[in-house]
Amino acid sequence: MREWRFWLAEQRGTLMAVGIFATMFLIYISNHPAGLTANVVQTAANKGVLLAFVAMAQALIVITAGIDLSVGMTLVLTNCLASWIVVGAPLPTALGVAGVLLTGLACGALNGLLVIVGRLQPIVATIATGAIFFGIALLLRPFPGGSVNEDLADALTGKIFGVVPASLVALGAVILFVWIPFRRSALGRAAYAAGSSEAAAYMSGVPIRRGKFAAYLFSGLFAAMGGLFLTFFTYTGEAAYASGNAYTLFAIASVVLGGVSLYGGRGSAIGAVFGALAFRTIGDLLFVFDFEPLWQPLFQGVVLLLAVSLGALALVQVKNRLEWFR
Amino acid sequence: MGAATEPFFRVDGVSKRYGGVLALEDASLPVTAGRIHAILGENGAGKSTLIKIMAGVVAPDEGRMTLDGRDLAFASPAEAQAAGIACIFQELSLIPDLSVADNVAIADPPRRWGMIDRRAQRLFAEEALARAGAADIHPRALVRDLALSRRQMVEIAKALARNPRILILDEATSALTAADVEKVFAVLKRLRDEGMALLYISHRMNEIAELADECSVFRNGRNVATYAAGTRSDAEVVEMMIGREISTVFPPKPSTPPDHPPALECRGLGWSDRLRDVSLTVRSGEVVGLGGLDGQGQRELLLALFGVLRGCRGDVRVRGARTVIDSPVRAKAAGTDMALIPEDRKTEGLMLPMSVGDNLSFAALDRLAHHGVVDRRAERAANDRAAALLAIRTAGFDIPVDALSGGNQQKVVIGKWLMREPGIILLNDPTRGIDVGTKQELYQLLRRLADGGAAILFYSTDYAELIGCCDRVLVMYDGGIRAEFAGEEITEHALVASALNIGNEAEVA
Repeated sequence: MREWRFWLAEQRGTLMAVGIFATMFLIYISNHPAGLTANVVQTAANKGVLLAFVAMAQALIVITAGIDLSVGMTLVLTNCLASWIVVGAPLPTALGVAGVLLTGLACGALNGLLVIVGRLQPIVATIATGAIFFGIALLLRPFPGGSVNEDLADALTGKIFGVVPASLVALGAVILFVWIPFRRSALGRAAYAAGSSEAAAYMSGVPIRRGKFAAYLFSGLFAAMGGLFLTFFTYTGEAAYASGNAYTLFAIASVVLGGVSLYGGRGSAIGAVFGALAFRTIGDLLFVFDFEPLWQPLFQGVVLLLAVSLGALALVQVKNRLEWFR
Repeated sequence: MGAATEPFFRVDGVSKRYGGVLALEDASLPVTAGRIHAILGENGAGKSTLIKIMAGVVAPDEGRMTLDGRDLAFASPAEAQAAGIACIFQELSLIPDLSVADNVAIADPPRRWGMIDRRAQRLFAEEALARAGAADIHPRALVRDLALSRRQMVEIAKALARNPRILILDEATSALTAADVEKVFAVLKRLRDEGMALLYISHRMNEIAELADECSVFRNGRNVATYAAGTRSDAEVVEMMIGREISTVFPPKPSTPPDHPPALECRGLGWSDRLRDVSLTVRSGEVVGLGGLDGQGQRELLLALFGVLRGCRGDVRVRGARTVIDSPVRAKAAGTDMALIPEDRKTEGLMLPMSVGDNLSFAALDRLAHHGVVDRRAERAANDRAAALLAIRTAGFDIPVDALSGGNQQKVVIGKWLMREPGIILLNDPTRGIDVGTKQELYQLLRRLADGGAAILFYSTDYAELIGCCDRVLVMYDGGIRAEFAGEEITEHALVASALNIGNEAEVA
């Protein structure tokens, strides 16, 4: 009887993100001139999925009580790489996809090594690696260009059975086959434990380093999936500095909206996915209400602030004021 | 009782140094299966260091450990656990954001297809909780949502779940309710009868009398005696725990306490379940000590008086007037003039990377500023005065305070507050980790401040300090004031006995 309450407590952050997204999407759909059609959903999904992948990448690092300022640049780098190698016949294309994903893993591994073995602070280490990733992206694509296997691109950004957006299915598959097994593995638990209380985890004999490293690896992988999808949407590669940074910051916003604690140890990448979808819907809302696009940054900021304030309510009840600073 | 009487685990001649302080010196401890071995000692006697070495948290400088005759060295807590040593620490080792079941099974969760089998884990946790007598705790509850006493039970269940050969309990009952203690004791006795070796560290003599088969007393980092339980009286045990001469020189106390009006009074002060009905009076010109074991509410009392804690009950009067102190800003404001020298100078007392000068003048900036701009010349003069008064040894006011020795850092913390000329000074164990010379300077200073009319409330974990410095001493136990001693009554026996809450038997010696 009490079981569902515990489930609710565990999933509170994620459910809140689902609620925020559902509310916003409902308002969007009910005010959209075309209503709930497959095309409207497909467009919304394709916009949301990109940020959702980057937000998952960010969520993994935030769960270990770190922060990754290089996720956006990993996306840009893998986008540029994909515009070179994900081309041609099915076999070269498949190898290209593997190459892009491996590159993402390598980016994550580098961050992980610097933070775990090098003991650098994540924020500094990832500013540096982010600049390196962008530098390589620029060398790969000094000017926007390149191409991608269009059959694959169209298949993954189109609709399955003419109804379900394929990008959403891909995202769902990644959650189901990568995120959930990780979350339920001993390694995933070690990552959460390290984020929650590294000292207690060490005292309990938890393999903290391996857990954190796995989180960084998967983070790089998810960012690379984002890079692949970006290439599928645009058919080109572009070393766009501003867009890389925007993805990094929006991913942090999505993670917070998704109920992942910036102090580490709490939250889920699924919450971050819904945070990302909600964050993307803000822009769409402005569209259906005929606001000028100029309002978008201001409006996004206000929504984010409101959502974050919900999380700060707990501090009002603190009895020992010193806990505010912990 | 188990048949084996030979110790299967031994600690032999182990020493450990922290900087210049010898925490453990040539300590030895035999551990026998099927026995509960109690370890006694004052604060800082070396018990915790010994435990940490056995648990693989710190490495010894010298000496060795043997298990079944083979040498052991632990590089991490995980290795100690693998060798069969489980430890329940005072500072709980639970992960707050994971569930009870996750925590109980943390060392080696049951797995299927590479993923944690949550159903199996749940059964495993339920069984462990039941073994520890804590079946009331739901395995899915998050640890962060549990009360401290429940967390301690989870910690016990977690240790038991590993089926260790040696179970170490370091003040493991300090937060438990009486009903829990009873259950835990029954569990511990059963484990002993099943052949487990238990090391039980506690300050509570009645618990030790009930549980222990043998006892070891630690003093100044050495194991001074190991004896069968029940063969020594409480008075003898206290004697062994103290057994040292008070070598520090203290300034003379006034022969008759000054008859000044009370500067600080509180009546029925309470907070959460950590402070219970505390009433005390500190007069101007008086040094009042707070004694007792670590963690009996002394820290909370000082924080409550200084306005850090929210939701305090009771009544505080400053110089006769009822005052509500709801923040440190209010506490240091004119009219209250209170100062708190915090426990941890590194986090609550100093801004480590900032300069000595900035740190010194920080609490008094409002007095050194005109229209919001700090008067650099006045600041410099005030810093000079504070440095001279406290004899702070520093290469200049511009170097980071981080670069000073511990003793000089502490002087900066004190100097910072003296700059405001406080009328009421609260000190939270100010001599912890500083050298003898600086300690003596501090004692002189406290007396001078009191003679100058300050009211001083002084918490110390060092009994010698309380005896040497204080006109009166209040001993705390379990959040309340358990005893009060004045003048000649302040003896080590009286303080130790009342801190252990063992009544008057120990005072006959």
